[in-house]
Amino acid sequence: MTQLAVTEEDRRVAWLATAAVGLSLVDAAIPSPLPGVKPGLANIVTLVVLARYGWGTAVWVSGLRVLAGSLLLGFFLAPGFFLSLTGTTLSLLTLGLARHLPKRWFGPVSLSILAAFAHIGGQLLLARAWLIPHDGVFLLTPVFAGAALVFGTINGLIAAKLLAETPPSETADV
Amino acid sequence: MKDWLTLIRPGDWLVMLGSAALVGASIPVFWQGGMADRAIIRQEGKVFAEVDLKARKQFAVAGPLGTTLIAVEPGRARVVSDPGPRQYCVKQGWLMRPGEIAICAPNRVSVQITGRTKIYDSISY
Repeated sequence: MTQLAVTEEDRRVAWLATAAVGLSLVDAAIPSPLPGVKPGLANIVTLVVLARYGWGTAVWVSGLRVLAGSLLLGFFLAPGFFLSLTGTTLSLLTLGLARHLPKRWFGPVSLSILAAFAHIGGQLLLARAWLIPHDGVFLLTPVFAGAALVFGTINGLIAAKLLAETPPSETADV
Repeated sequence: MKDWLTLIRPGDWLVMLGSAALVGASIPVFWQGGMADRAIIRQEGKVFAEVDLKARKQFAVAGPLGTTLIAVEPGRARVVSDPGPRQYCVKQGWLMRPGEIAICAPNRVSVQITGRTKIYDSISY
């Protein structure tokens, strides 16, 4: 019988993903005035992970969060799952590019806002292409974009605060 | 509050302001058909006048019952008075979004607002 070796990295990803899933559940419990307008608290974890452990780990943590979060909330492979997956994929790609911005000028707040826009942009495009094939989908774009800006800023601030308060426990490989 | 502000770096402000401007600019773009652009006044189904919603103007349209008065102002238009019995088109008040229409059926006069893009509704079909 072969035994899978569990590395430190695996444990870290598991813990961080758990935290992200927890925040996803909190997110789902917050009543929303409009489907699609959500604080996206789990992205705080993604931002902190990105700054501390690099993009690869952030992708793992986000991917596991989408998977486990959808299983727990019961929308695995339902439309909401694919919306979530598309949004997360696009925001991770955006973060992959945006993290190369000069650190002195652009902090977690910028990354968070850019990621939030990518997230809702991806979801709107998928919704237009697949769920509601009508341009009427885009009517609510200003509302979604406004929400992305507000929540992106708040999440970015929280991530920045967490990063400033807790010193890295391990060496960051960014 | 103050130590929260220190977490925002100069570029962050730029991103915040830039996105806020973008969100603001997106409102007229995505709001149905853009901004109200023109008013089309019809009598008996034929176009009586097509007006740019830029200046203040009044139109008197003659119909079978009498004269329907239409007022045009920057960005909006309305039926001021109509000889029809039920006054539905007058009570509609100002029309300011593309696709909105006031129909004074008895006098066979209508005012419709259009934007840059054509809007379809059930009446079009």
